[in-house]
Amino acid sequence: MASALPTNDENEFVPPPVQEVGDEKGSLTRIVQELVFTVDHKKLGLMYIGSGLIFFVVAGLMATLIRIQLFFPQNTFLEPDVFNRFFTMHGTAMVFLVGMPIIFGFANYLIPLMIGTRDMAFPRLNAFGFWVFLFSGIFLYASYFTAPGLYNAGSAPDVGWFAYAPLTQKAFSRGHSTDYWTLSILLGGIGSISTSINILVTVFCLRCKGMVLGKMPLFVWLWIVVAFLVIIAMPPLSACQIMLLLDRYLGAKFFDTQAGGSAVLWQHFFWIFGHPEVYILILPGFAIASEIIPVFSRKPIFGYPVMVAASVMIAFISLGVWAHHMFTVGMTSIGNTFFAISTMIIAIPTGIKIFNWLGTMYGGKIRFDLPMMFCLAFLFQFLIAGLTGVMLSVAPFDWQLSDSYFVVAHFHYVLIGGLLFTIFAGIYYWYPKAFGKMPNAKLGRWHFWLFMIGFQLTFLPQHVSGFLGMPRRIFTYEEGRGWEIWNQISTLGLLFQIPGILFFVWNLIYSYIWGKEAGDDPWDAWTLEWSTTSPPAEYNFEKLPEVRSRRPLWDLKHPEDPDWKFE
Amino acid sequence: MFFVSKGRVTKHNFPNGKEFFAKSEQFSGQLTSEGTDVEKPGFWRKKGFFAEVRSASKDAVKAGLTLSRLFLGAGGLLMALSGAVYAEAAGMEYEMRRVADMFKPLSRPAEMIHESAVLVMLICAGIFAVVTGLLVFIVLKFRRKENDNGQEPPQIYGSSHIELAWTVIPILITVVLILVTSRTIGEIQNMPMPEDALKVRIVGHQWWWEFHYPDLGITTANELHIPISDRDPDKATPTHLLLQSADVIHSFWVPQLAGKTDLVPNRNNDLWFDPYETGVYFGNCAEYCGTQHANMLIRVIVHTKEGFANWVAQQKAPVPPPQTAQQIEGHRLFFANSCVNCHKLDGSVAEGVFGPDLTKLMTRQTIGAGVLPLNETNLRAWVRDPQDIKVGCLMPDMQLLENEVDDITAYLMTLK
Repeated sequence: MASALPTNDENEFVPPPVQEVGDEKGSLTRIVQELVFTVDHKKLGLMYIGSGLIFFVVAGLMATLIRIQLFFPQNTFLEPDVFNRFFTMHGTAMVFLVGMPIIFGFANYLIPLMIGTRDMAFPRLNAFGFWVFLFSGIFLYASYFTAPGLYNAGSAPDVGWFAYAPLTQKAFSRGHSTDYWTLSILLGGIGSISTSINILVTVFCLRCKGMVLGKMPLFVWLWIVVAFLVIIAMPPLSACQIMLLLDRYLGAKFFDTQAGGSAVLWQHFFWIFGHPEVYILILPGFAIASEIIPVFSRKPIFGYPVMVAASVMIAFISLGVWAHHMFTVGMTSIGNTFFAISTMIIAIPTGIKIFNWLGTMYGGKIRFDLPMMFCLAFLFQFLIAGLTGVMLSVAPFDWQLSDSYFVVAHFHYVLIGGLLFTIFAGIYYWYPKAFGKMPNAKLGRWHFWLFMIGFQLTFLPQHVSGFLGMPRRIFTYEEGRGWEIWNQISTLGLLFQIPGILFFVWNLIYSYIWGKEAGDDPWDAWTLEWSTTSPPAEYNFEKLPEVRSRRPLWDLKHPEDPDWKFE
Repeated sequence: MFFVSKGRVTKHNFPNGKEFFAKSEQFSGQLTSEGTDVEKPGFWRKKGFFAEVRSASKDAVKAGLTLSRLFLGAGGLLMALSGAVYAEAAGMEYEMRRVADMFKPLSRPAEMIHESAVLVMLICAGIFAVVTGLLVFIVLKFRRKENDNGQEPPQIYGSSHIELAWTVIPILITVVLILVTSRTIGEIQNMPMPEDALKVRIVGHQWWWEFHYPDLGITTANELHIPISDRDPDKATPTHLLLQSADVIHSFWVPQLAGKTDLVPNRNNDLWFDPYETGVYFGNCAEYCGTQHANMLIRVIVHTKEGFANWVAQQKAPVPPPQTAQQIEGHRLFFANSCVNCHKLDGSVAEGVFGPDLTKLMTRQTIGAGVLPLNETNLRAWVRDPQDIKVGCLMPDMQLLENEVDDITAYLMTLK
């Protein structure tokens, strides 16, 4: 593997002779061919992000229909089963087909550039990971067309995104919809694990000269943590999917309570994956914020070693908190106390991170460009998400809040307010690098304000309906329970969110065609990806770089005051 | 194409038809019997609709309904014109606590939760204020000025003192939270139950609740009747619930009485509460359990001590035999059809266990686990085709003839 790439001693890169593959350059066949055959980490990264965004739109439309159904009490817009399929598919897709691929896309695109190498360690494994993911997504959605089973029991999965046993047993979930869900997640897990292994090998083996672990950008550090988490957390998920398949088809009884199986066992398996999964999704968001906030505050990240330590600690503790999703299953008071404590402890490193970002901005000269606006909104929203998380960690309070709309509000603040906002920030930040054009600031501001306001309108009221006893996943509700107004505000938030997303999509297209030329380093940034051309050539760097500090481009721009003197 | 309504479900759902008319009787009934919340008379205000709404939440509810009202105008008119007649369901005389606000606890466990909740929310509000304040301050103070000289600000890499401070302070806060949480968990979960606590075994079914009172020999469904307790812990008479499930996981949640606890098949959980005030408390199944999860509603009727004794007496009193020819024919049909395979009638050959016990059917307030108020119209509609009212529920359409439906309904109406 290593011999295929030039070593640091012979930095001169000799591009291989161009092979003609069929039609001439620019034709449709040629483009498709290039996309399908490519092993280039940048193309794969963009394909990850692009397909993630497409699934985002589809799953978002499902949420829209869900919200319309809940606008009135006892609405009949959607049938119960249709509604149940929608929230199942919405949840599954947003986690496995939107969140995961988009963060993997960022990792794929940026890690080789940030550590100054030419590609991932295993380019073909990388392509494999992407195509497996894409297939698993298409497979899941294909259940709508191909999964009808017994009368009234087919079509898409309707067991919820965590598919609690024994609802997934043959007795309660007839037809094949649950099998589609299981197999799709199994496949997706294979893709995630292979990509994570690839990331780890790349980071550990292919860093450029001078880049010791302590001089990597924080983004890369956080990705080491995430990749480890994926490798640890995914196998239990795959294991329980296989157990479920055995239950359903080969007469095993792991989760079959009627035959002595355990319903709680599934929950342990699922959440020992599921809670680290939350951090798998949010740490890449932190990673993006940790790149953007320093650049737009014009200061290095505050407390780099502490940020690394806090991330490692978060990952470590997150492996021991899973049963806080299960406070209501009737654990002993000792069990409940243990998981309440471990959950509260995780707030400490998370708090440190927020303070360090504030410390980075303190004393800086903050520029309010698009990426920074999204990062500031992220800080505010993630603060709310973190605090509602602390409220949920108080086990007795969780006995009230668990499975209510409060939880729905909480995790949407984490995943939209936290992750999605940093994804938007990241897309606007690295858009000039990937396409060589600046994203349009005016359209971006429309996107920001509409989406941000819509997001608050939709999800803030859900905290209240949770307080008033509204359980999640109900397709209808009685009049007079006090939930109407909150649901109606929540639905009206869509009137802002949807145009916001339209502005975003239009901005991507508009800027690609009519955007200003960006140049190599439009944000005056400091990490290695900005030292190469925009978009980078297939081989990334003409000459592999050499670094002496965490901010090599700072050293270059300020030879009188380089970083390496202080680190 | 995936959300095309098949049409048959629409009937019960939208309050513009007969069912809504029937439903309105219940509410108007309350209006006339209580009427205290009505500030100004005038049927269109539909105050009676929400006579039970507690005052603090009233405005919110009112605002929320503004939109719904436009929509429901016609239904409202019908409702107002309807008479104030209601079937003799048990517990209708108590306040309807329809808005289940967890911050208005009326039972000890809910109150203990409430205390720790208030504490953690205060702490969180404090943190929120400090951090948001800092964020706003930084954003305002350190924005790049118009007349910026183009030089980079001083490069600060970190400060171990400051970082230590903002590590230690959260640790201290966390310690406080841990102590409070551990104590509350223990207090609620390990509360010793007195020997003579009323025991109820709850069995969750896809999509209804079964309640057994082992000491009283009563079985009922969907509406849990319990006696009032006392604020004073020494005089408290708590109710102790054993939670089980016949199929998938459900969760019993009545926010004003206690936190939720799951009903897990193959496992025994328990829960307790001791309400201080009478009333009809509303709750829901809180764990997704399949198609009709949304219509698995709970009512807990907290009686006065005498009221509970009366209810017990009523439940144990023998059911009068069918009188009229129609009722007798309905009785015959009930036993001739497969009704008896799933439903139980005490003291008869009907020993089914898959559906709710119907021995004292007409003492209940609702049908179908809260999907509709129980009265003759709705009962008839249910007997004719339950799938019309609660699509996907496990009671099939029995394909009865219209006159058979009439007869069986007439018979069922005698079960009180």
